[in-house]
Amino acid sequence: MAKMKGAIVVNTERCKGCNLCVVACPLDVISLAKEVNLRGYNYAQPILKDTCNGCSTCATVCPDGCITVYRVKTESK
Amino acid sequence: MDIIDIIKPENLVYKKPDLLNDNDMHYCPGCSHGVVHKLVAEVIDEMGLTDKAVGISPVGCAVFIYNYIDIDWQEAAHGRAPALASAIKRLWPSRLVFTYQGDGDLACIGTAETIHALNRGENITIIFINNAIYGMTGGQMAPTTLMGMATATCPTGRQVELHGYPLKMTEIAAQLEGTAYVTRQSVHTVGAIRKAKRAIKKAFENSMNGAGSNLVEIVSTCSAGWKMTPVEANKWMVENMFPYYPLGDLKDKSKELNK
Repeated sequence: MAKMKGAIVVNTERCKGCNLCVVACPLDVISLAKEVNLRGYNYAQPILKDTCNGCSTCATVCPDGCITVYRVKTESK
Repeated sequence: MDIIDIIKPENLVYKKPDLLNDNDMHYCPGCSHGVVHKLVAEVIDEMGLTDKAVGISPVGCAVFIYNYIDIDWQEAAHGRAPALASAIKRLWPSRLVFTYQGDGDLACIGTAETIHALNRGENITIIFINNAIYGMTGGQMAPTTLMGMATATCPTGRQVELHGYPLKMTEIAAQLEGTAYVTRQSVHTVGAIRKAKRAIKKAFENSMNGAGSNLVEIVSTCSAGWKMTPVEANKWMVENMFPYYPLGDLKDKSKELNK
């Protein structure tokens, strides 16, 4: 069966740590970092590997357009 | 599959629209303005109107929108954006002319300009961000503030005897003959964001086709003004704003003509 695999790249310096993507992600891939960026915000980052399916929910709700989403179709065994 | 194999240009499915530049937006974390800015940039890009779009920025939080979206902008005096947009559209009918206004700008000081521009049927689009508060100046009561809602200038909550009722501008606009498309949307979920994008696109198409004036209200949050986290603000909006400001199309002339 074909399966979607995705990955996100967060522009951590643009991120304001609003937490909207963390709540929106249906697979709980994203979490806010303990570290802060140059402007003092706890930025969002993906914490789970191999879970993201590239649905783009996080990027759509991000008010600052910090998230870029990539997706590929893979054949799972 | 390794993450490096996925992150390749050919696998790209979503990125910040190109029209939205890299300037850091001054909005508070989680502000709805950012999402609406993205939608405006995406729609203009998809319609191929980058060189033809002229936006009118308001007075309010969104005043700096001209720093973030790379199209032509004109800044209007407080509340006068629809008047300026009318003039630009009349002198330059081939351009996509739209205003981007908050509730303090559109529903308070600019009520007359808004109603008359819509009633004249100017071929413009008004994007109206309704967050029920004056965000930029520190969270004062706006005409759209809900009953019982506490703000800096009504700390015990808005009362009918003192402050009157919240103003439903979109319902008023739907009564006017000149309007082609009047809708109320929100941007709190992915579904709502997609609907809002379709609404903005339809409004822009109407403006370009000369169908009449268009009003797209976006019920939004102001987490700083409401003194909540962005997530709580979205929840509060669903529970309190939507019953008074229900979402959906209020008027769509193109559908009426097809009947």
